[in-house]
Amino acid sequence: MKEFAGSTGLVLNEPLLFEKGKKGRSAVSMVRRDVDYFPVSEELTGAGPNFPDLCEVEVVRHYTRLSTWNFGVDTGMYPLGSCTMKYNPKTNERQACLPGFAGAHPLLPDELAQGLLKMMFELERFLAEITGMEAVCLQPAAGAQGELAGMLLLHAYLKSKGRKCAKIIVPDTAHGTNPASASLCGFAPVTVGSNERGVLSLEAVAAAMDEDCAGIMVTNPNTLGFFEENIRGIAEIVHSRGGLVYADGANMNAVMGIVRMGEIGIDVLHLNLHKTFSTPHGGGGPGAGPLCVGKKLAPFLPIPRIAREQGLFRLSSDFPLSIGKLHAFYGNVGIMIRAYSYILSLGPELKKASRLAVLNANYVKERLRGILHLAYDRACMHECVFSDKLQAPLKISTLEIAKRLIDYGFHPPTIYFPLVVSGALMIEPTETETKEELDLFVEAIRQIVEEAGEKRELLYSAPLRTKVRRLDETGAARNPRLTFPFNDLAGKNG
Amino acid sequence: MKELSELKAPGDVRYTKEHEWARVEGDIIRIGVTDYAQDSLGDIVFVELPQVGRKYAEGEECGALESVKAVAEVYMPIGGEIASVNSVLEGAPGLVNSAPYSDGWIAEVKASGIADMEGLMTCDEYIAMLKGHKQ
Amino acid sequence: MRYLPHTEDDIARMLEVIGASSLEELFETIPRDCRFEADLKLPAPVTEWELNDMMAALSQSMAVAPEYKIFLGAGSYHHFIPATVSYLLGRSEFSTSYTPYQPEMSQGTLQAVFEYQTYVSRLLGMDVANASLYDGASALAEALLMAARVTGRKKVVLSGLVHPSYRLVARTYLEPAGFEIIELACGVDGRTDFTGLESIEELGAVAVQSPNFFGSIEDLGLAAGLAHDRGALLVASFTEPLAFGLYKNPGELGADICCGEGQSFGIPQSYGGPGLGMFACVKRYVRSMPGRLVGKTEDRDGKTGFVLTLATREQHIRREKATSNICTNSGLCAVTSAMYMASLGGSSLRELARLNYDKSEYLKSELKKIGLRLPFTAATFNEFVVELPSDPQRLYHRLLDRKVVAGLPLGSFYPGFDNRCLLCTTETITKNDMDELVGLLAGN
Repeated sequence: MKEFAGSTGLVLNEPLLFEKGKKGRSAVSMVRRDVDYFPVSEELTGAGPNFPDLCEVEVVRHYTRLSTWNFGVDTGMYPLGSCTMKYNPKTNERQACLPGFAGAHPLLPDELAQGLLKMMFELERFLAEITGMEAVCLQPAAGAQGELAGMLLLHAYLKSKGRKCAKIIVPDTAHGTNPASASLCGFAPVTVGSNERGVLSLEAVAAAMDEDCAGIMVTNPNTLGFFEENIRGIAEIVHSRGGLVYADGANMNAVMGIVRMGEIGIDVLHLNLHKTFSTPHGGGGPGAGPLCVGKKLAPFLPIPRIAREQGLFRLSSDFPLSIGKLHAFYGNVGIMIRAYSYILSLGPELKKASRLAVLNANYVKERLRGILHLAYDRACMHECVFSDKLQAPLKISTLEIAKRLIDYGFHPPTIYFPLVVSGALMIEPTETETKEELDLFVEAIRQIVEEAGEKRELLYSAPLRTKVRRLDETGAARNPRLTFPFNDLAGKNG
Repeated sequence: MKELSELKAPGDVRYTKEHEWARVEGDIIRIGVTDYAQDSLGDIVFVELPQVGRKYAEGEECGALESVKAVAEVYMPIGGEIASVNSVLEGAPGLVNSAPYSDGWIAEVKASGIADMEGLMTCDEYIAMLKGHKQ
Repeated sequence: MRYLPHTEDDIARMLEVIGASSLEELFETIPRDCRFEADLKLPAPVTEWELNDMMAALSQSMAVAPEYKIFLGAGSYHHFIPATVSYLLGRSEFSTSYTPYQPEMSQGTLQAVFEYQTYVSRLLGMDVANASLYDGASALAEALLMAARVTGRKKVVLSGLVHPSYRLVARTYLEPAGFEIIELACGVDGRTDFTGLESIEELGAVAVQSPNFFGSIEDLGLAAGLAHDRGALLVASFTEPLAFGLYKNPGELGADICCGEGQSFGIPQSYGGPGLGMFACVKRYVRSMPGRLVGKTEDRDGKTGFVLTLATREQHIRREKATSNICTNSGLCAVTSAMYMASLGGSSLRELARLNYDKSEYLKSELKKIGLRLPFTAATFNEFVVELPSDPQRLYHRLLDRKVVAGLPLGSFYPGFDNRCLLCTTETITKNDMDELVGLLAGN
């Protein structure tokens, strides 16, 4: 047995930047002034922001210390369900930072921006091939904006047919972004439950789908880790009643090269480049949420779109039915470059990545069988969902298991989601974890479950090895402190 | 979470299925949420109070209770105009946890009469319903 | 493939544990008629070294400084980025982590975002800032949605001098939700003409950008008064936050919500994204805010720590009743901008802002010397509108041949502006660059 990664290191304290510094310091090389001072209106001038003045070493140490209190994919296994925390290849970072990309102004004339336009054009074609969809728009800045764009397309399409719908079907296993995105377009979500197999039944969808329903939002594979096996039938029902099928592609990492959404009745799908296509999540973003559509929705895609004319790539806004713009420019190009590099590096082997992601999830599922309660005992796709049912008699909940995992050096899985499983632990190992790492993770959970019997206090007090221990979230919400107050030392605003 | 035997359900108030209570106090009816409601929600961090002067129908959403990770709507146990709200909760939402039937009350309603209370559950009926929940 | 660790032996042993005979068998829960049996038609995998060559070739076909002299701003600004910022944000503990849902192992991100919130609040003169939105455009759309939640009114006024793309994005977000949007025209001095605002009833928000799309500093104080008299909120948008190093910030002029693009602060232009949607408001509206918030608290031992807070506003808890659908935001860009603000500090930020101002004033004065007209008189920060001689298209392309991008032609954005061009100068443009531009324009 290998040793667990969790350990106590030398954790350095570091105050807030606002408690540091001295007036007159600077951490930048001030640009040489080669022009005179010109008069400036006194009435318009302000005092300038009250920021601490810091020197370069202070800034560097500050962020270096902060970084050591963080855990990333590069630190260890990060099996957050439905987040696809796979390894983020370093070469992709290098490409995105190339001077011609990083320094490019978005309003350059098209003929001076051919490199990035070509990259975007090809990335659209790659994603269309992977999803089996007709057209792709890279503009949405994240998954939720992709969802919103999808809902706007539904809204615009129905409007073009002279229809207006007030509802949309959303399964009970959906991410919260689904109903939130739908309601922005005036669609009230109608919740449909999944069946005993953890998937949608034809009957449930048929009962909910009526003339006033714009269609259905379905995450496939869903958040229980199952492929929605009735999807073709569901699409038939929805289409026959004038609706459209929206697929949330958050879990596409399970089915690259295995299922093409365009061929199974999906009208519109968003992808998360920061999940499936390996771009780093950045502690909360930025991501990218490209939208893939079938023929009938293509005219409604956001503008501008990329066209190729006589060997030249060009941005075109001549699409009268378009829903308009979602981003100031063309979306998160820096993220697209990383995803493009990833697809070029794997090519058709993307299918292998999906196969191994599913292998890893099923392996963890089998190894944890009996240690934790399996919410649905059947083969899974990219993730598996357990619950704390076996530990409940010991008064140990999912939260304790998750917090204790931190001490063993693992990021906890997604917890208490999906809502349909009480005390859920949703584990998505991804394909980039080795078998040895998975074995160690399973062993950590096994030991924690053992501790639940004899050393309950340990679980209640976990984590013990982090910079801070469990935090008072109630106090934080009752008395929100969202900024550092001005203090007398810092001066003017008291 | 409390066991059923630990939950308080006093006899001087009437109850709803959604775990609100109502109590006649002179010519007004005071409303709040039950011990069961506060216990299931956990530490309450914010109370969205009804609008004073506004008329709500019976069963209409009139406010919300927020814990760190959940939100529960408050529905009117009886119809009527809001006469006053418990603004102490703005600074001390935890009162709903510590004293749900007294200091943690939510609003006072000008109701048309005691007759409005007839449709609500007695404490025995409410406890019987909770038994069903807990099983 | 180096990202896929499984050996044949690993696969065999894992399949054995699962009780499956092949990888294909794992997909039997997918009905046969849903499976794609062919191979994806993608180019064959490239090596790391081939990828370097391919990407270098694409990169080299882009027109960037220093080879090109680019006088373009209009929502994306070329500023110097200190090596420390690029270096620090590259620390993968920041970049390869997820949203900080487990605070005990995310204190780095959480403290950095708390500091970002403090920096943004101070910069904009507001009480609270969120942990970021996608970009300046969606931040404006979210601000208008928020104003409607606060006021209960779905009628908004938008200055026509708000960035044209921002106005388009606002329309995309608001129109399906049944909003009425009224646009105000440009006045003679290059600022918004507020005439007619007094007669609009049931108004929820007035949105003004300052510095505006023409670079002019708007009279936000006047706009605030007009908005507040009508019971509406003032939404102050911006594309160049560096301006607040020199000019009064929107908070002190009465803005209720302040939103804009933070790319100027240490974030590469990257052909327009990722950017950073900065979003701040006055304290009383914090519960109506979109996006995440980090708050300060204590752990069990009384040690200071940070957590995501007031999350009940958000989609993962309130679902369709959430204040926004946003989940992933621009976290790393927010931290980047905080690193940049930390590096400058108050003193250097002011100095840099003043330098930007003086450079553009210098260019203005030199352009006037060669007889070019500046149509607007309002004060500007680092960009402004200039009128080119007749046939500006030909001139513009002639300058392109000399590797000078002479700003943004405004004809396609504003009717009647065919001869006008938006020029921008930041600290990266030298006096020599400006003299060269002026020389080329004079030689026409």
